Amino acid sequence: MKNLKFLFLAIPLFLASCGGDASQTTGTEGTETATTVSVKGSDTVLPLSQKEAEEYMKANAGAAITVVGGGSGTGITALLDGSTDICMSSRELKTDEKLKFTEKSIDVKEAIVGFDALSVIVHPENKVGQLTREQIEKIFTGEIKNWKEVGGADATIVAYSRESSSGTYEFFKEHVMDKKNYASTVLNMPATGAIVQSVSQTKGAIGYVGLAYLTASVKPVSVSYDAGKTFVAPSIQGAKDKSYPVARPLYYFYDAKNESKVKPFVDYVLSDAGQKNVTDAGYVPIK
Amino acid sequence: MRLRRFTEPVFESLIKISGYSTGFIVLLIVIFLFKEGISFFNLSPVDEGSSLWVHNSNPVKKLTAPQIKDIFDQKITNWKALGGNDQPISLCTLDELGEAFTEEQLGAKFERLPACIDSYIDSLPGTIGFFPDKQTANALKNAQPVQVDKVSFSKFISGTEWFPTSRPAASMGVMPLLLGTLLVSFFAILFALPLGLAAAVYLAEIADERVRRILKPVIELLAGIPSVVYGFFGLVVIVPLVQSTFNLPVGETALAGSIVLAIMALPTIITVSEDALRTTPRAMKEASLALGASQWQTIRKVVVPYAASGITAAAILGIGRAIGETMAALMVTGNSAIMPRSLLQPVRTIPATIAAELGEAPFGGLHFKALFALGCILFIITLIINFLVERVSAKRVR
Repeated sequence: MKNLKFLFLAIPLFLASCGGDASQTTGTEGTETATTVSVKGSDTVLPLSQKEAEEYMKANAGAAITVVGGGSGTGITALLDGSTDICMSSRELKTDEKLKFTEKSIDVKEAIVGFDALSVIVHPENKVGQLTREQIEKIFTGEIKNWKEVGGADATIVAYSRESSSGTYEFFKEHVMDKKNYASTVLNMPATGAIVQSVSQTKGAIGYVGLAYLTASVKPVSVSYDAGKTFVAPSIQGAKDKSYPVARPLYYFYDAKNESKVKPFVDYVLSDAGQKNVTDAGYVPIK
Repeated sequence: MRLRRFTEPVFESLIKISGYSTGFIVLLIVIFLFKEGISFFNLSPVDEGSSLWVHNSNPVKKLTAPQIKDIFDQKITNWKALGGNDQPISLCTLDELGEAFTEEQLGAKFERLPACIDSYIDSLPGTIGFFPDKQTANALKNAQPVQVDKVSFSKFISGTEWFPTSRPAASMGVMPLLLGTLLVSFFAILFALPLGLAAAVYLAEIADERVRRILKPVIELLAGIPSVVYGFFGLVVIVPLVQSTFNLPVGETALAGSIVLAIMALPTIITVSEDALRTTPRAMKEASLALGASQWQTIRKVVVPYAASGITAAAILGIGRAIGETMAALMVTGNSAIMPRSLLQPVRTIPATIAAELGEAPFGGLHFKALFALGCILFIITLIINFLVERVSAKRVR
């Protein structure tokens, strides 16, 4: 019985630690043969890259593309070590990352492969249809606690966020919340689907999800980045022409020395056929 | 005959080896857990390889992790609040420098970066800067490093803020997580015990053999359902129910967690206590009935007291199940790391925290080790529970 209880505790921890290990070591594969291109990084870009790789390998017999997730930061670290050929990222390089590439004298090339737009959502019965960035920031940092402060009914605001492991969490923190920390009262959900589910059944709820996750059971909010002068509703068109502000480019980074090796794949992703996959995967194409 | 003499020692040693290796693996996992967990203490909460800097004229030389978090959240905006001069705080990281200086000024290979940092800090005496040590080594003349307290055991246990990914300094206090875990588990067992005990008594004493033969496997089947299914069931059924019953702004609460965990603990409680109830000697029951006691009186005065230690063991095992549950808790409790004040508030439990955060925590980093330290705490709680079970079960022998 004692051993059994040990295992109850040990198995999840053990599995989880294996997971951590795996994301550290998988980067070393893929560089053995010249025809294999390894792609690693952001979990947001992962489904897109997988689709692109599948279609590319279908069209080009003999080409091998391996796609691994792990987060934007993991991918950038792998590119630094030279353990991946292409790094997927849902954010641009930070200054200290650029610094590290310079220290290793790696010349990084970037390609924007698509856009991901985030939509702020509320319960369908909520009267509030538009918010400024400052208001959203204050809601998620816990300064605004009641809907009546932003022109809604007298009801407590319940803010839903992703867990800290999500790239979306980081993006929202940096671009909407001015790098401030989320209030500890914010509810953290393990998946984007869970946020949609919770917002649809909680009257005072507010949350954020990728544009591809919008359903009729939640109401998207128009946002303003110029202190309330213009409000823009989230849409694919708006993300494309950059009028919708809560959108982020999705990047591929690669070493300029590797260009000849990765170029065919990157070119394919940027081609019309590749961009059609971007739309199919629920993201916004670049053209 | 001869063959048996040969095979028996082989089987014996095989069994011995598998026993030893199981113990060895368990020991290995425990050592791994504690090695990572204990190495968490005495690390600096500031990102490794980086430091915080202030202007030479600034009298503030020491900051705590929560203070740093408040400064970078712009909640503290004047040095006066920290015992310094009356001047506004301005923040500076490499990103700000990237905006303040042109690439030409920084140098193509960032070779003039240290000089830029130095002049930037000099121009704004209220600046607090956060830079990698490589750039600042012996290069800053106008700035001095800020001392930050190391993570200590007492602060880790008593801290009330859980911001493990906050930059530049992480605040890691487990109090809200620990209390959240205990609160959810305690109420889970409070709900599950009466229900489970009633079901066990029914199965052991009242139900006829045919019903029992169907019902018992069905209840045991409950233990085989994946916890994510319980979690999703909780999210779509119990969470809205809790929300509408108590007219709450949010349904993801400790109460919803307790109810889901109570359902999950039921099979353990029912099977273990039913087994205990069935060990009551037939002679004792028949003696009671022969003296004219009704069946209910017999159950209350003879069967339950006889099985009391087994029932206690069942309750404790049920608590163990609830405390360690990860996925269901992650889905229905809302995961806000706030100090729990009532059952009708979101809470964050330790297992849910580990499950949610370990995936992205950099291997071997501060956050990673903090999560292992959480695992150690959970391990110790489970160990205490196991110890209690052993003590309670041992009583039955006497």
